[in-house]
Amino acid sequence: MTATIFWQLLLGFGAISLVSVGGGIAVLPEMHRLVVDVHGWMSDADFARRFALAQAAPGPNVLVVGLFGWHVGGILGMLTASAAMTVPTSLMAFGFSRLRARLLGRPWLRIVECGLVPIAVGLIAASGLILAQGSAESWVTIALTVASSIFVWRTDFSPLWVLGAGAIIGALVL
Amino acid sequence: MDDSSPRLPTRTDLFLTYGKIGLIGFGGINAWARRVLVEEKCWLTEQEYAETLGLGQVLPGPNALNAAIMVGDRFHGAVGALLASCSMFGGPLIILMGLAVLYDSYGEVPLVKAVLAGVAAAAAGMVLGTAVKMTQKLKPTLALLAVGLCALAAAGFFRVPLPMVVLGLAPFGILASWYGARRK
Repeated sequence: MTATIFWQLLLGFGAISLVSVGGGIAVLPEMHRLVVDVHGWMSDADFARRFALAQAAPGPNVLVVGLFGWHVGGILGMLTASAAMTVPTSLMAFGFSRLRARLLGRPWLRIVECGLVPIAVGLIAASGLILAQGSAESWVTIALTVASSIFVWRTDFSPLWVLGAGAIIGALVL
Repeated sequence: MDDSSPRLPTRTDLFLTYGKIGLIGFGGINAWARRVLVEEKCWLTEQEYAETLGLGQVLPGPNALNAAIMVGDRFHGAVGALLASCSMFGGPLIILMGLAVLYDSYGEVPLVKAVLAGVAAAAAGMVLGTAVKMTQKLKPTLALLAVGLCALAAAGFFRVPLPMVVLGLAPFGILASWYGARRK
């Protein structure tokens, strides 16, 4: 990896991370602009495939930046891009966490926090919906999604069971 | 010790638990973090977890990471924040390196694609089921429920950019919460 690419990754993803309110995936279009349009590091299709791969793997969705970094700079590129995307905002979150501890018990803080709860839950539902649309290839996958949501909603068994079932049904039927 | 009784995590607990959350976090971390922290470990209540995640979404940065830092800090300060965030990212990053190498050779194999499609469909259902379960347990007021449905519609159906959803709905959420608190 050249020094130029190192700085391009560091500054590019660092800047993007600072505006990623709502989560790392909120800035996916901005990442597309940086990786495909500005630097021409990969094609449109490459970008989509890498995103799908990161979605299929476990872990924070934002790790897709690691795959972009890997593509242009190998292992160092992966680490640089991941660090640029996570370290600055992590420091901010830590600072905020400290501030919150000092303000704990103030009535207005309780009201603000309760007010943000429905947005948090609504966005979990929205990401489930977007994932469902992306994976709805046939009636089998749709049925799988519906069965899995009912299983997770109505039972306290680990969701790993439905993921395992999904893998087996995928291998047998799809 | 009885599994269902709440207890405080040690540093090792925090590290191992977030490592596990990262590794099983198919379809995104948040639904899994809730499952492990609220249902399995009982370190946080449903309400506490949802509040932490809500704050994590208003701050810039990956919201699961912001939430992990706040949970780590809550139990073990700076060390806890570092342990939780590094272990949540470390495992998946190593898996991703392996995948990056393998994918170019095996990504187009039909069986691999079929298994991934099956897992993706199940993971989508898992995330949806989690949202329903949280709503049921949090018992929101009607006004708060309306804000949540707006967030779902804006982000899920109309694909409004997330910063706009979060910052646009936050005042309404706070207003609904203030109204609810005043009536109690």
